[in-house]
Amino acid sequence: MLSRTADSLYWVSRYVERAEYLARILEATTRLSNLPSSYGGAASEWESCVKTAGCEELFEQHHQTANEANVHDFLCFSPENPSSIRNCIEIARANARAVRTALTYEMWDALNSAWLELKKYDGRKLTRDDFGRFIEFVKTLSLTFDGSAYRTMLRSDAYWFSRLGVYVERADNTARILDVKYHVLLPETERVGGSLDYFQWTTILREVSALTAYHWVYRESIKPWLVADLLIFNRQMPRSFASCYENISRFLDALGETYGRQGPSQRMARKTLSTLANRKMGDIYDNGLHEFITEFIDDNNRLGSTISEQYLV
Amino acid sequence: MAAFDEMSGFDGTTRDAYAKLETWLKNTPPEEFATRRSQADVFFRRIGITFAVYGDEQSTERLIPFDIIPRVITGPEWSVLDRGLRQRVTALNMFLKDIYGPKECLRAGIIPQDLIYRNAGYCLQMINQPVPHDLYVHIAGIDIVRVDGDTFYVLEDNARTPSGVSYMLENREVMLRLFPELFAQHRVAPVENYPDALLATLRSLAPRTASRDPNVVLLTPGQFNSAFYEHSFLADKLGIELVEGSDLFVRDEIVYMRTTQGPKRVDVIYRRIDDDYIDPLAFRADSVLGVPGLIGAYKAGNVTLTNAVGTGVSDDKAVYSYMPEIVRFYTGEEPILKNVPTHRCREPDALKYVLDHLPELVVKEVNGSGGYGMLVGPHATKAQIETFRKKLRTEPEGFIAQPTLALSTCPTFVASGVAPRHVDLRPFVLTGSNGIRCVPGGLTRVALKDGSLVVNSSQGGGTKDTWVLDA
Repeated sequence: MLSRTADSLYWVSRYVERAEYLARILEATTRLSNLPSSYGGAASEWESCVKTAGCEELFEQHHQTANEANVHDFLCFSPENPSSIRNCIEIARANARAVRTALTYEMWDALNSAWLELKKYDGRKLTRDDFGRFIEFVKTLSLTFDGSAYRTMLRSDAYWFSRLGVYVERADNTARILDVKYHVLLPETERVGGSLDYFQWTTILREVSALTAYHWVYRESIKPWLVADLLIFNRQMPRSFASCYENISRFLDALGETYGRQGPSQRMARKTLSTLANRKMGDIYDNGLHEFITEFIDDNNRLGSTISEQYLV
Repeated sequence: MAAFDEMSGFDGTTRDAYAKLETWLKNTPPEEFATRRSQADVFFRRIGITFAVYGDEQSTERLIPFDIIPRVITGPEWSVLDRGLRQRVTALNMFLKDIYGPKECLRAGIIPQDLIYRNAGYCLQMINQPVPHDLYVHIAGIDIVRVDGDTFYVLEDNARTPSGVSYMLENREVMLRLFPELFAQHRVAPVENYPDALLATLRSLAPRTASRDPNVVLLTPGQFNSAFYEHSFLADKLGIELVEGSDLFVRDEIVYMRTTQGPKRVDVIYRRIDDDYIDPLAFRADSVLGVPGLIGAYKAGNVTLTNAVGTGVSDDKAVYSYMPEIVRFYTGEEPILKNVPTHRCREPDALKYVLDHLPELVVKEVNGSGGYGMLVGPHATKAQIETFRKKLRTEPEGFIAQPTLALSTCPTFVASGVAPRHVDLRPFVLTGSNGIRCVPGGLTRVALKDGSLVVNSSQGGGTKDTWVLDA
């Protein structure tokens, strides 16, 4: 297939995944910030939300302080923010339109309908109810698009490139949450042991829609090292590093097999996957959780560029 | 001047071909029509059929209005059109081969030399340059208008990169969904085989050196082009890659496309980019849409471009005025389809006549298209007429003038109900190395404004499904 087509398929999926991620962190932050301050509800949550979205510098250029109204607007609708949900949907749709023929009708319809629907939302006039509906709308788009891809695409290179976009983006997103919140997951926070942290931990789990999953996996009350374990090592958890890399590796191998040639991206993905398989939370705490996460983010970015050099240009 | 109505003629008597449609229009409740029309609208928007209007910043994507009342052509009428269209493209191809080769028509005095040599559309790079299979116009979208029960005129030949065929196909799909009962009552010739015919045509045009399974691609300027929807639609129906200039590169006079598995050779390029933009090395250096070196590969005979480079010369409206002579000269037959009588402003007598009769005439730029840059005398203001008078005096060779034709009308849904609106017809004629193909039908465009004669979508025109009745 054309390199440009593969590139667009990859980025359509990345942008849809990113839109959903932004919707999830906004939803979880809104919930946390509504708690009384004695339970951890604090204005600083909005700054943390902007950091988690990865657009801190840009945000500071436009706003002095972070609050519910301006963070909602900036992350959802702002034209100044190239990664706002609106921009993500618009870019995804523009990419999809450029390679319309490589998408199934259902995938195109999911994106195009969402793009038409998006015009109905005007950031500055949204009530809290409207905002809730908007978040649901974004999550539904991602589910419909992803489900359509899963149910309707031929299992060929087009499908694999589109899946790679999902998992490279998702690994980055999960890592960003950990990067911003790692300090509440350090073991020593347990001695603080207060309810404040409890709500931080559940917020993290909500951001990756894993609150229920946590209980099913560990069957005990929420412990920070288990939250970290779930998000990093647990292969059953679809947003964990391990699960993302299991998928990335699988789809890269499928490409390598079909094209009859392996390359640097296959080797990189396999290396990361084996690191994740061989390490334990204990080692990571010993060597520094933050360092581990930062390194993972860098490796994941490098893999993104390698995939691009190997296939997409 | 009353126009011929395709349903009720000049005198209000319903023509046979429209009898069942008239009953349907009478007996269907208005709410039903309203529902169907909004269903059609939703359908078009959801599948993403849109077009862009240049200079309209509000909306980069707009829907072309679709009218649900079909336009009907009888079998015998179509068979005349079909023969006339085949004759016309045959003559066009022979004409282009001649003016880029031996130039017999110039020596025979069929057409003035300077009209060719000084023509902006005459491409010097193509002189004495063989093209694959000696064919130039592979895809023509010939605009035809009707003025009475028997007379069809060719308005334009559109030998460069005509668009609109996706609307012909999608309009039919929508009508089949919305009104199955109407199709049961009429025997409508299908158009759905057009993509197959197009693919067969394109494959037949591959250079003789290409493999038995030639790689055909569609080259688009990209998604900001007004016809992008059509490009992606056709690539999909044909099962060929939709490429942009940056997807192709030329090495050693061979064209390749960049794929995830490395370079792949390209044999036939159905290009929807104008000559000027196709290769920055050969034509406009500032073009970022084209492929550097493409013309080199083309001239080396390693790739086919459809349509060929340099066909714009026959789209020139002054050259058009010689088409009857061109048809006679090359085919030895009388032209089956008439030309609109045309005054060539380059001729002093004609210019004088035109200047004296501006309010009755349609004046067009010889190299204009898309309904831009024309004067429709009867609908123009005094100021517009004076502007054109000045232009004509300064540069008479840049214009032709034609009588204002009373284009036929067809019943159409408008705000006030059903009313007659002027229509034209663009059938699509395909020429491959293995023959000419022309699916029965085409794109009917309709001027939605009362009395307007301008059907172009960029000027507020709409479309209709076109039914050719089988026998």
